[in-house]
Amino acid sequence: MRLTKISALSACMLALFLAACGGSSSSDSDAPEAASDAINKNPFPSTYSAYPSATTLLQNATVLDGIGGQITSGDVLLVDGKISAIGEEISAPEGANIIDATGKWITPGIIDNHSHLGVYPSPSVDAHGDGNEISGPVTSEVWSEHGVWPQDPGFTRALAGGVTSLQVLPGSANLFGGRGVILKNVPSRTVQGMKFPDAPYTMKMACGENPKRVYGYGSGGYPGGAPYSRMGNVAGYRTAWIKATEYKRKWDKYAEEGGDPPSRDLELDTLMGVLNGEILVHMHCYRADEMMQIIDISKEFGYKVSSFHHAVESYKIADRLAEEGVCSSMWADWYGFKMEAYDGVRENIPMVHNAGACTIVHSDSSQGIQRLNQEAAKALSDGRRVGIDISNADAWTWLSANPAKSLGIFEQTGSLEVGKDADVVVWSGDPFSVYTKADLVMVDGAVMFERGNPDRTPVMDFELGQPGEGDLK
Amino acid sequence: MIRALIFSAVSAICVSVGATAQDIAITDAKVWTGTNAGTLESATIVIIDGKISGVGVNLAPPSNIRTVNAGGKWVTPGIIAPFSRVGIVEVGAESSTDDTSAATSKFSVALRASDGFNPAATTIPITRIEGVTRIVVAPSLGASIIAGQGFIADTSGAADSISVDRAFVYINMAEYGAALAGGSRPAAWAALRGAFADARGYPSRFIAHSEGESLNSTDAQAFASAVRGQQLILIEAHRASDLRKIIALKDSNPNLDIAILGATEGWLVADALALADIPVIIDPFTNLPGSFEQLGATAQNAERLLAAGVTTAFAHMGNNGHQSRLVLQSAGNAVANGVAFDDALMAITTAPAEIFGLTGHGILQPGAVADVVLWDGDPLEITSAPELILIDGEVQSMETRQTKLRDRYLSLDERERPLAYKR
Repeated sequence: MRLTKISALSACMLALFLAACGGSSSSDSDAPEAASDAINKNPFPSTYSAYPSATTLLQNATVLDGIGGQITSGDVLLVDGKISAIGEEISAPEGANIIDATGKWITPGIIDNHSHLGVYPSPSVDAHGDGNEISGPVTSEVWSEHGVWPQDPGFTRALAGGVTSLQVLPGSANLFGGRGVILKNVPSRTVQGMKFPDAPYTMKMACGENPKRVYGYGSGGYPGGAPYSRMGNVAGYRTAWIKATEYKRKWDKYAEEGGDPPSRDLELDTLMGVLNGEILVHMHCYRADEMMQIIDISKEFGYKVSSFHHAVESYKIADRLAEEGVCSSMWADWYGFKMEAYDGVRENIPMVHNAGACTIVHSDSSQGIQRLNQEAAKALSDGRRVGIDISNADAWTWLSANPAKSLGIFEQTGSLEVGKDADVVVWSGDPFSVYTKADLVMVDGAVMFERGNPDRTPVMDFELGQPGEGDLK
Repeated sequence: MIRALIFSAVSAICVSVGATAQDIAITDAKVWTGTNAGTLESATIVIIDGKISGVGVNLAPPSNIRTVNAGGKWVTPGIIAPFSRVGIVEVGAESSTDDTSAATSKFSVALRASDGFNPAATTIPITRIEGVTRIVVAPSLGASIIAGQGFIADTSGAADSISVDRAFVYINMAEYGAALAGGSRPAAWAALRGAFADARGYPSRFIAHSEGESLNSTDAQAFASAVRGQQLILIEAHRASDLRKIIALKDSNPNLDIAILGATEGWLVADALALADIPVIIDPFTNLPGSFEQLGATAQNAERLLAAGVTTAFAHMGNNGHQSRLVLQSAGNAVANGVAFDDALMAITTAPAEIFGLTGHGILQPGAVADVVLWDGDPLEITSAPELILIDGEVQSMETRQTKLRDRYLSLDERERPLAYKR
C-alpha cells in the first residue's frame, strides 16, 4: 500500500466535485451532406437490441404515466417490448403473461441523466479513474464511452433502483470535458451492447470552480495553467467556439463546393456537432449568475444548452430558465461541500418546477442513483411544505420524461405512452415512500431485474468469487 | 439557547403559553419511547426544567404550563447522529473553513475536534431542523492512523452546546490507515501497538525523551485514558479480516472500550462481534464494493448484525460535514431492507447513546434529557419532517440560512426593488 491511497481518496473527492453536466437540443439544421460522407459520425455503433420478452399485462396498479397522468386502478400492456396499451380494464391478449399488481405502483423506468457509472466504477481503485481527461481544459475530443467499464457493479444496483437508462458523462475538470454516452441499463460484455440505439451524442461542459482549480491551480501546484479564474473559463469557452465556428465554416464550404475535405480534428468535430444541433450540451453549473452568462455565450455562438447540471442555484433564476427553455438537473439536498454549492436549498427542485422550467432529478452518485425516487420524494414534500403543491404524477416527470427530453430520447422512452419502449418499473408500493422497493424492472419489455429472484438479478464479473457474490444488495 | 418561538413553523399545532416559559407538555402524541414501554398512542409528555418528568397515556399535564396538542402525531426522542463532522467544517472545499483534519500537524491523539467546533456554523440549524438534536463529531484523519478525539454536542447552536468533550479517540485501521502508517496493514498495527505502549508507559517512558515509539509525549498523555479503558476507542475498519483483528485486540485487552465504525463486512463476523460485545456504527447505504475491503458490502448488513445481537447504530457517512441529517433516510432504507422499525429508530437514538455513554439520551422516560421531536408523519418516512423540536426542554428555531434563502426567492418579483432587500 502506498500513500497514494490518499490521492485515491482525493480522487474520490475530486470525482465528487467534478461531477457535472448540461444540455438538450433540438436543431433543424442537418449536418452537411459532404461532411456526412467524410466524417463517420457513428464509429462505435450500438449493438443493443431488446432481449426477449413475453406479452405481459400488468393489472390493477396505481399507474403514473410519466407525463402527469395517474390511474388509480390501471393496467399496462406490453407487447414486443413496447407499451401497447395503458388504461383501465385492458383485456389480455391470448397467451399473455398476466401479473396482478394490486397494491403496487407502475411508472416509467427512471432515467438518470448524470452518472459516472463505468467511468468511476466500483471498486474505485487508482486504475479505475477513467472519468476526467484532465490533460487540458478543452478535451471535447474524448468520449466517455471509451472509459466505461461495463462490469461496474454499480449498474446492477442502479437497475435494482429502477433505473432503465442513463447518461454517463465525463467529469467536470475541464471546460469541455468530452462526449457523454446514453445507455440502456442492461448488462453487457461491451459498451456498444449498452448504447441506447439512435440516441444523440451529448457533450459535457463545466462552469466555475472545477476547471479553474484543476488547471489554474494545477490541483494545488499554483500556478498551473489557464484558466485561473471564472474570467478565464469564459475566455476558454469562447476561444474554443471561435475555432469550432471556423472549422464548421470549412466543412460547410466543402459541403457546398466539394473539393478536398478539410483536415479532421476530433476536438472540433464534437464542437461542430453542437453547432450543427446534433450533439446536446450538458453543462455542470452551480451558480445562477454563471448560468445566465453561459446562456448568453450559447446565443453568441448559436447553440443551445440542454440542461444545467447540479444547478444548485436554479431557484434564483427559475423564471429566466423557464423563458430560455433550459433544463436544470438537480439533487434534492446536496449543499455546502464547496463554495458554489453553499446556497443550496431543499426546495430548489419544486421551485424550478413551479416557475414552469424543465426540472430533472439527477444523481451524480453511485449511491444516489439507487434512490432517485426518494430524492424526488424529498423535493416534493419540501415543496408542499412551502405551498408548492405538485402532484405525484407531475413530480414523476423529473425522473423519466424530462431527463429523456434533455437527452433527446423522449420519442423512444421516458413515459408510458403507446408505442414507446417498455422501460417500466413495478414498485412494491408508493415510490415516494422510503419503504418502497422496485419489484420488477423491465427494459424494452424484458425483465432485467426481479427483486428476490436470483435468476433475474445480474452479478457482474468483478463480484464473482468474492464475498458479495449474488448477495442481496 | 435560542428561545424564540418561530410561530410560523409550528403553526400546524396549537401552542399555548403558560406560566413557566421553559416547561412544556405535549398531549395526544404517538410517543415512541425507546424503552420497554414501546410506542404509546394518545400519550402525554411533560417536560420540566429540561427533563422529561412524565410520559403516559393517562397523564394530565400540569395546568399552568404551555401545552402543545400533537393531534395524534409521532413524537420521538431527538435523533443522535453517531458520526459526523457537523460544526467543524463550513464549506468542504475551502480549507480555511475546514477544521476536520491537520495533515501536517505533529500531533494525533492530542487533536481535539472540539477546539475547532463552531456552534454558529450554518450546518447546525440545517441539521437540527431535520430532527437531529445531538451530533457525535469526529476529527478526520491527518498524518496518523489516530485522527484525534471527538466530542458530542447538541444542535441548539448555543455557546455551551458541547455535551461531552473528548468522548472518544478515532482510529482508522482500514486501507486508508494502512496507507497513512507507511503503506501496509502491518505498518498500521505496528503503529497502533506502539501507541498503546507509549500511552501505557506514560509518563515514565518520556522522562528522558519526548518521542515514543509511535506517539510524542503530548499524544501519549492524551491516549492514556483510552488505553486504560476509560475512554471509548472508535476504530474504523471494513474487511472481515480487519474486524477479526479488532475483536482479537479486545479479547486480549478486555478492559478496552471499543466500537467499530464502518464494518462493511461486519455481517461476516457478526456472531464474534456480539460475543466480544463490540458495538458497530454502520452506513446502511453501503452496498457496493467501493474498495477491496468492501467486497462483501450488502444492504443486509444492518439486519444481519442486529439479528446476531450486535449493538448497531446507523450513520450517514457521505459528506458528513453537511449531510449527517440524512441519517433518518438511512434508517428508513434499513427498514426497507429488513430491519424492524423499532430497531432502526433505536439505531439512531438508543444505540448511539449506549455506544457513547450518553445516559438519559435517546429515550423518552421520566428523568431523561428532554430532546424531543414532534413529527408531521412517520419519523422514518422520507416525506416527513419535524414540526417542533426541543433540546434540553427548550423549543428550537426552525429557521436556517437555507430557509431564509428559500423564503427570499419563493417569489422572484423584483419590479419594486432587488431581492437583496427582502428578508
